[in-house]
Amino acid sequence: MTLETQVDGAATAKRKEQRESVVIRFAGDSGDGMQLTGMQFTTESALAGNDIGTLPDYPAEIRAPAGTLAGVSGFQLNFSSLDIYTPGDNPDVLVVMNPAALKVNIADLKAGGLLLADRDGFDEGNLKKAGYTGNPLENGSLDKYQVVTADMTGMTLRTLEDLKLSNKVATRCKNFFALGLCSWLYSRPIEPTIKWIQDKFKKTPELVEANTRVLKAGYHYGETTELFAVQYEVKPARIAPGTYRNITGNSAVALGLVAAAKKAGLTLFLGSYPITPASDILHELSYYKQFGVLTFQAEDEIAGVCSALGASFGGVIGVTTSSGPGIALKQEAINLAVMVELPLVICNVQRGGPSTGLPTKTEQADLLQAIFGRNSDSPLPVIAAATPADCFSAAYEATRIAVKYMTPVILLTDGYLANGSEPWNIPHFEDLAPIPVVFRTDPTGFFPYLRDPKTLARPWVKPGTPGLEHRIGGIEKAEVTGNISYDPLNHERMTLARARKVEAVQQDIPPTLVRGEPTGDLVVVGWGSTFGAIAAAVEELRNHGTRVSHVHLRYLNPLPADLGTVLAGFKKILVPEMNTGQLRMILRATYLVDAVGLNKIQGQPFKVTEIADAIRRVLEG
Amino acid sequence: MSDASTATATPKLTRKDFISDQDVRWCPGCGDYSILAQVQRVMPELGLPREKFVFVSGIGCSSRFPYYMNTYGFHSIHGRAPAIASGLKIARPELSVWVVTGDGDGLSIGGNHLIHALRRNVGLKILLFNNRIYGLTKGQYSPTSEIGKVTKSTPFGSVDYPFNPIAVAMGVDASFVARTVDVEAKSLQDILRRAYEHPGGAFIEILQNCNIFNDGAWETVTDKATKADTVLLLEHGKPLIFGKNRDKGLRLGAGGSLEVVTLGNGTSETDVLVHDERNRSLAYMLAHLSNPTPIGVFHAMPRPVYEEAMARQVDAARQKQGDGDIDALFKRGETWVVE
Repeated sequence: MTLETQVDGAATAKRKEQRESVVIRFAGDSGDGMQLTGMQFTTESALAGNDIGTLPDYPAEIRAPAGTLAGVSGFQLNFSSLDIYTPGDNPDVLVVMNPAALKVNIADLKAGGLLLADRDGFDEGNLKKAGYTGNPLENGSLDKYQVVTADMTGMTLRTLEDLKLSNKVATRCKNFFALGLCSWLYSRPIEPTIKWIQDKFKKTPELVEANTRVLKAGYHYGETTELFAVQYEVKPARIAPGTYRNITGNSAVALGLVAAAKKAGLTLFLGSYPITPASDILHELSYYKQFGVLTFQAEDEIAGVCSALGASFGGVIGVTTSSGPGIALKQEAINLAVMVELPLVICNVQRGGPSTGLPTKTEQADLLQAIFGRNSDSPLPVIAAATPADCFSAAYEATRIAVKYMTPVILLTDGYLANGSEPWNIPHFEDLAPIPVVFRTDPTGFFPYLRDPKTLARPWVKPGTPGLEHRIGGIEKAEVTGNISYDPLNHERMTLARARKVEAVQQDIPPTLVRGEPTGDLVVVGWGSTFGAIAAAVEELRNHGTRVSHVHLRYLNPLPADLGTVLAGFKKILVPEMNTGQLRMILRATYLVDAVGLNKIQGQPFKVTEIADAIRRVLEG
Repeated sequence: MSDASTATATPKLTRKDFISDQDVRWCPGCGDYSILAQVQRVMPELGLPREKFVFVSGIGCSSRFPYYMNTYGFHSIHGRAPAIASGLKIARPELSVWVVTGDGDGLSIGGNHLIHALRRNVGLKILLFNNRIYGLTKGQYSPTSEIGKVTKSTPFGSVDYPFNPIAVAMGVDASFVARTVDVEAKSLQDILRRAYEHPGGAFIEILQNCNIFNDGAWETVTDKATKADTVLLLEHGKPLIFGKNRDKGLRLGAGGSLEVVTLGNGTSETDVLVHDERNRSLAYMLAHLSNPTPIGVFHAMPRPVYEEAMARQVDAARQKQGDGDIDALFKRGETWVVE
């Protein structure tokens, strides 16, 4: 949607206008606090009852030189009175704190959209650093947008004059001015932010005072100034009843793991090494000592997974978290887990690659690495999360499968899910699926590789159990006894047994959910974080009568048993992926279908329009 | 570490209880046989039930060790045993976890994990079999091979400067550092016992002969005819004296480094340094001594144990916040209710 209302300087009484959805992006220097501003605006919107979707976009450099294009940090939020799936394609409102932020982001702003700029940030030095020769706020180059400028920095400093703060400290409060102003403009409550400020800065009362004052100053400025004739309102969304909180994907993974371990009655052990964008899972889990969670920041990625596997051998649930480059280092140990058949959860928060690639940007190009990236025939289950909140269920499910089938499981999320957020309908712990775990204690008839007939899982034995002393290892095992065996036929049988065990996970996969009609002209098959954009695009086209449906895969290995039948119900198959076509390759190979790809490899998620356009193209072609 | 009540309740164990049903497949004459025998002799005497022992290894000849011990065992991947064992020990502190590694496995591909396990003082007992050669891959030089070593991969002699395993362990402040020899049964048994009793991580370099690819690598230390003059036995609280006639000793020289002196002619036992396992500086100097070669405990000084500190944090959190309420955790932060 766009903001049609013209800014009318003469207006005195403020009208309130309704909006269904608004997409707002805050952008500034990475030191300007834009992530914080965005997150607080998100909290305010969630508490106002809106459905929300967020997308932070920050540079890889910790502090790129101030004012440069490389240092621009942004946070986009979609808040709506409708059920929404994504952070929105193009913003209706762009808030910029300096010229570099304008330059990087202006092309995304909708025509007629509102540009709100801190005029003080547009000094000669900053204009030059951003490569502007004239001031774009003054030379008419932004005429197709509604441009509103305010001296945010100056007003911030004046608000704080009597507090005797250094100029640097006072200037840093200006993001709260922008937040206050936007909060007024969209009728957001600022009380949650005041509460947050009080908590965050409780050790420095002068910062509580300063930030609260500036926040209110921004809010009041909107109310009293004649910059805006209209105040907007986005009514609460009609979403399923329940208690909600806003949650990021990384946080949801952490909670899913803690919940699964508790349900299984197991200690959770995380062996991990810091890596963007996965580190927040390590950070969060390291707080949960009261749940008995053990977090081990290892000396490297390899030690992260190895310690987790050692812990699993000890009878707890071992987990390791990383991103693509770290997973590459872990694969030898994951292969050992395949061989010794111990439960292990490996979470890959995917990022742009190859190599260091785009550490802070998103991509879903590690699917083939997850399924095939180890030496020899080395099958393991692969599960992907679809939305930030869904990361909870996916992590829970990964853990459940790992202990049920005695196997390493790879959980795929990505940078977009990890840092993006949405409302989470908080479950009750008692309603979560059971995760039964039985440790073998009876020595009678015990063999380390005697398999359960249904799951083909071998028994899990805690070292310390009398009479069950045994040895496992990476050398091929004889069936049943687990002794070293170089027998050619035994190796073939064991290779097939490992494959059959992973295939057996199909019995835990529910029937494929087809969003839309079960048959039709086209099915869009997706996996992972493309869910929101695909769901929104398909819904939009279906509302216009297009015979298109959507299948989103949670289980990538094994694939659901009914998937081939489902695909056969459609004339065409479109597979949008943030890679060069990895799922498409698997679908073509598995089902001999002519799946067509829509591939975006830009470190950015799909826009709804990109998917909708591709659906139309494929249907016409 | 050992639980007295469990120990008395357990039937007395013997060496046989620790021998697995698997055929030992090291080359005949390999030093590993002696090490295995001494470990199997010492384990039953430690008072811990058999099921509480776990042996974890990497890859290499030495790493076959767990298959021959009738305990819990994990034969893992090259170099990673200290990392796997660390996870196990942290998860299950009550287990007695032993790592068996070699000079290639522990100091080359797995060097990083070895130093970090020792630095953290995870309660692992690490046995590093040092034969100064790659045996399993049939004879390439190792990170402890001497400069000039001619091997399959160094036909013109190695130009690699070797690691000194004891100095490496001392360099990362390992809390227990010892050296022994495959064929010295008594020394080996004593040091295994000491390592078991030491609270926290222990590093033991075992000089081991590979009779196929590097025979005689430690001959100066093991030759019965000369070893009295080439080996210095380290005994806590006793003067550092050696020699067939016990007429040689170590003292601090004028330059501040160790020097060998002959006793008599005005030099007496009182001039000789007394070994003190708690003296880190002395252990550093002894680590770099090669003539004579010190055998015994270089350094033993307990310091906080990693897995115990970790468990204390968990206990403290539980005491302060109670056993975690997961529904409350789900609802942390701002929540709102949709009717």
